[in-house]
Amino acid sequence: MASVAPLSPRPAGSFSIENEQAPSVPLGGYVGFQTITDQIQKRMLQRGFEFNIMVVGQSGLGKSTFINTLFNASLLSSTGRTLPTTPIPQTTSISTTTHTLTEGPVRLHLSITDTPGFADTINNDRCWDPIVKYIKDQHSAFLRKELTAQRESRIRDTRIHCCLYFVKPRGGRGLSELDVMVLKKLADVVNVVPVIAKSDSLTLEERAEVKELIRSDFQKYGINLYPYSAPFMTDDDSAINHQIHSLIPFCVIGASSSFPHPSHPQKLIRGRRTRWGVIDVEDERHCEFVYLRNFLMVTHLYDLIDTTREVHYEGFRAKQLLALKESSAGGNAGQGQQQQPGRPSSRQALGGY
Amino acid sequence: MPMPQSYSRAPRRGKNVKKGVQFTVMVVGASGTGRTTFVNTLCNKHLLDHYRDANDAENAHTEHDVNIRAINTELDGESTRISLTVVDTPGFGDMLDNEESFTKILGYLERQYDEVLSEESRIKRNPRFRDNRVHAVLYFILPTGHGLRELDIELMCRLAPRANVIPVIGKSDTLTPDELALNKRLIMEDIEHYRIPIYNFPYDIEEDDDETVEENADLRRKLPFALVGSEEVETFDDGSTIRVRTFPWGTVEVDNPDHCDFSALRSALLETHLADLKDITHDFLYENYRTEKLSRSVNSGSHAADVSIDSIDPSDLANQSVRIKEEQLRREEEKLRDIELKVQRELSEKRQELLAREEQLRSLEARLATGATPSQQSLVPSETQ
Repeated sequence: MASVAPLSPRPAGSFSIENEQAPSVPLGGYVGFQTITDQIQKRMLQRGFEFNIMVVGQSGLGKSTFINTLFNASLLSSTGRTLPTTPIPQTTSISTTTHTLTEGPVRLHLSITDTPGFADTINNDRCWDPIVKYIKDQHSAFLRKELTAQRESRIRDTRIHCCLYFVKPRGGRGLSELDVMVLKKLADVVNVVPVIAKSDSLTLEERAEVKELIRSDFQKYGINLYPYSAPFMTDDDSAINHQIHSLIPFCVIGASSSFPHPSHPQKLIRGRRTRWGVIDVEDERHCEFVYLRNFLMVTHLYDLIDTTREVHYEGFRAKQLLALKESSAGGNAGQGQQQQPGRPSSRQALGGY
Repeated sequence: MPMPQSYSRAPRRGKNVKKGVQFTVMVVGASGTGRTTFVNTLCNKHLLDHYRDANDAENAHTEHDVNIRAINTELDGESTRISLTVVDTPGFGDMLDNEESFTKILGYLERQYDEVLSEESRIKRNPRFRDNRVHAVLYFILPTGHGLRELDIELMCRLAPRANVIPVIGKSDTLTPDELALNKRLIMEDIEHYRIPIYNFPYDIEEDDDETVEENADLRRKLPFALVGSEEVETFDDGSTIRVRTFPWGTVEVDNPDHCDFSALRSALLETHLADLKDITHDFLYENYRTEKLSRSVNSGSHAADVSIDSIDPSDLANQSVRIKEEQLRREEEKLRDIELKVQRELSEKRQELLAREEQLRSLEARLATGATPSQQSLVPSETQ
């Protein structure tokens, strides 16, 4: 006898498809569709994954070294000055490099966007403008491709999925004026994860103190950091979110070289050999690298991509299409150029960053 | 200002030891560069706070300006006592737009010179005048691995003509030996490239003796000084203590010359090169400022547009100083006159008051005489005893 399921929304999972017209019916025996997850996996492995990460921070905070440490590969070379004759950049520029990384059966097309020149001048007002513009431009390009009548079957996704913001630790203080401004602007358009690199300059007490101050500043200024809380989240998800928020900002160390562990010479570790001791990047007592890596790679990699699509891109898309509708309704004869927004009108609507 | 070394009578020498050598150091650097900790380590006491006062915690990072605050402390050395003034500059480099910071700090330095200049020109000098000229500016650089930032270059260029600027790396405990060497090299290359005239422990191979030459060359090689500061103390079994920073992977000893350059800088600053820094400040930097300032005011005063600095004759300079003295005199006279007027006013007020009181007393007596009952006697409210 079929039993009718209750019509109230289920708490499990925020993205489950609810359909009140389709009551759930128990199966009499084997059907076989539960292997769809394997089929999906096979298809996805064939396609490969795209992940776009951006690093933002003053020069010299350890961004490039951290990325190389995170992906255990030599991906970024530092964009800072090495010669006195190199001029000091006066604006923030954007530079993106792409690599294909393979781990096991998974191919990852990784794009890293670096922002050399950010906050490197005396007057840093509006140094974040090129960054916000770049992020929005990627959304805009994707939207345009989506709206074309003859569009590609697989649009290349250049939207930034994760933005690592590197904070410079200040003794006894929390965020600087610049940090607050930039974090607010970025948190509106992208998933932001704040990081303190080169944290080996801080003793453990200093780290705890700095984190406390910075976290209270996040609250005070209403900076909404990833991971976001969703209305229908499982308890497990909430617990993980809570744990991550208690760790932000992550205190990490970057290491470009590996060498034998001092006490276990057969094991190679990545770390730093200072004059008074050896720092192991993957030792939780030394820094929070493993937590951040687990967060970004092991537990939340797909969620970062998904959230960019579902939250940031959707928000951008909604705003743009509404603006387009208004401008085409009020402006020239409603030719209904919804399919392929003509350049002038789209410029009008999309220009207001 | 003349140091008491010239006195030879025994009581005066006692006074000298009690008063101590006066020395002023300014520390400049963005927050997070190790400035505050260094000062506390240098003075061996908690002189500066990392936190602003509780009232300011609300606005802790809406810094709109550099604060300049001078704090005095006594340091007891082996042979001398130093009356050290530390000038801290919180807020520098922490704002969104830091353009204004330079003028403020430079203004402070020049104001101290101005005070000495006007004091020197006074007809009657103040025997207790305190010379607040800054003898050394320690500029704290973050070891980014990319040399100097624009802010660093600009600040050192602007301050170097007015004070002895010594660049330091405030937090060097993170650097491996290779990284430290790289950072020092890049910073010194930038300093040379941008021609920043820092204080580089000058010596003359011909004039000075070998020991001095070697000492100074050694200190010059250490530039910028790699510092580690700490107020944390580690106690050993025998009761001795050293200042340390403890990490999960090891311990850094602040006073160990193999671990950092703190002890080298401390002895140079407070012992071996203290006199040199003061001399350069007075004989060279101050004199330059004085010349520039006086020739500037002569230039602006004269109507002829083609008066160049070279063609100013000494009599004009003398006139200038006479004019300054006259200005001083006039101002002092005005002040005295104001004080006189005030005193007279107060006197007359007091007289009025006394008269009023007398009146009251007399009327009271009169009432008593006419036999008013005790209960009807009303006490004059504000009668002073």
